[in-house]
Amino acid sequence: MSAPLFQLQDIRFGYDPDHPVLAGVDFTLAAAERVALCGTNGSGKTTLLHVMVGLLTPSSGSVIAFGRERRRESDFHEVRAQAGLLFQDSDDQLFCPTVAEDVAFGPLNLGQSRAEARQAAEDALAQVGLDGFGHRVTHKLSGGQKRLVALASVLAMRPQVLLLDEPTNGLDRDSRARLLAVLAGLPQAMVIIAHDDDALAVLTRRRVVLEAGRLLG
Amino acid sequence: MSSIALPAAASPLDPPAQGRPLLARLDPRSRVLAALAFAVGVVCCQSAPALLFAGALAVGLAILARLAPAATLRRVLAVEGFMLLTLASLPFTMGGEPVFTLLGFTAGWDGFHRAGIIMLKSSAVLLATLALLGTLDMPALGHALARLGLPLRFVALFLFTVRYIDVLYREYARLRLAMRARGFRPRASLHCWRALGHLFGMLLVGSLERSERIHAAMRCRGFDGRFHLLDEHRPGRLDWGFGAVQTASLLLLAVLDVW
Repeated sequence: MSAPLFQLQDIRFGYDPDHPVLAGVDFTLAAAERVALCGTNGSGKTTLLHVMVGLLTPSSGSVIAFGRERRRESDFHEVRAQAGLLFQDSDDQLFCPTVAEDVAFGPLNLGQSRAEARQAAEDALAQVGLDGFGHRVTHKLSGGQKRLVALASVLAMRPQVLLLDEPTNGLDRDSRARLLAVLAGLPQAMVIIAHDDDALAVLTRRRVVLEAGRLLG
Repeated sequence: MSSIALPAAASPLDPPAQGRPLLARLDPRSRVLAALAFAVGVVCCQSAPALLFAGALAVGLAILARLAPAATLRRVLAVEGFMLLTLASLPFTMGGEPVFTLLGFTAGWDGFHRAGIIMLKSSAVLLATLALLGTLDMPALGHALARLGLPLRFVALFLFTVRYIDVLYREYARLRLAMRARGFRPRASLHCWRALGHLFGMLLVGSLERSERIHAAMRCRGFDGRFHLLDEHRPGRLDWGFGAVQTASLLLLAVLDVW
């Protein structure tokens, strides 16, 4: 068996010291594993994903990602390329005026040439079934299309892991079905924030629940 | 036009080039430079024949851009409307050979001449700008400015504004709707001013938080403070041809003006 992709040990974090959100979380994500992360509103699910990619720094505990312990901002640059985080609100993620620029933003930051970045963007858009959407204006897309473009912008960096923060949130039934079909066809390991009754549970084998700052298997 | 064609669209990420008006097929940079050169050239002109020629050039550009006549005329008139007061007062203040007298004030020929010149200049510049830049979409304009050497920070600010002004407006509309749903009606009262203050305060806080989330999402995709541009248009034969015609026209304009 290959080494785990993520290993979180005794992670503690609080926005306010009196009310810790994460109070000793242990979590391991094995290669190609798909995990549903459940819990009530405000239980810290999003916080946990943000800790995993270093957007938030835990007050104690260690994050071991892709075989190395990650502490500083610079440690996490590589992690963020390998673990693509899909945000809850696609308007936060899609900031470029056109779809092509947005999807190519990650690859360009990774130092790819324009031709390579274009190719990566085209491939990623094809993967989510949005071929030919490159020149469309981002803010004029429908909610479902925005979510798919946001997913494409993450896939364009060719990550090993997808961290999906309520990916079907706010989508209608058709868009939801389309997104689920796209996700089911992807090879990546995934951590999906989902609710108990969510169709997303179909995609996952293991389910963990975040409750009172701890992760229950 | 079949002999002068842009290279075929390099990638399916680009919009199709065929069937668009001539001006739309120019590199956006050519259009920004052309608009700037035209505006400066026309503003420097003083003689009526030169300005009539400039007006004809502007009409030509509008035709090349296939501007909708009615909408364009409305816009030009709207700008002339702004200047109406200035234009109307000029004949009474400039002196010259009297034309007529109104309520004891004499309207002079020099003033009419000057008002006509100003109107011609503003209409020509406005029409050319509408044709060259008004048909350009905002992202393309931003990129053209970046490629012309405007600092990327300014371009990024401009592009972020283009992208998020709509998100911000929808947030404002949502909050306004929620206020109306609870019986809020704008009046001149302390309560109303306070409520509006809260509304704009909330928008500011919301925007700040959103900007933090956007920045986090950008960091997730490897953003390190530098912006890379994806498009790499090069000026084609069409651009050089257009530039040559434009330069020749402006030279002719200068000759007409001096002569």
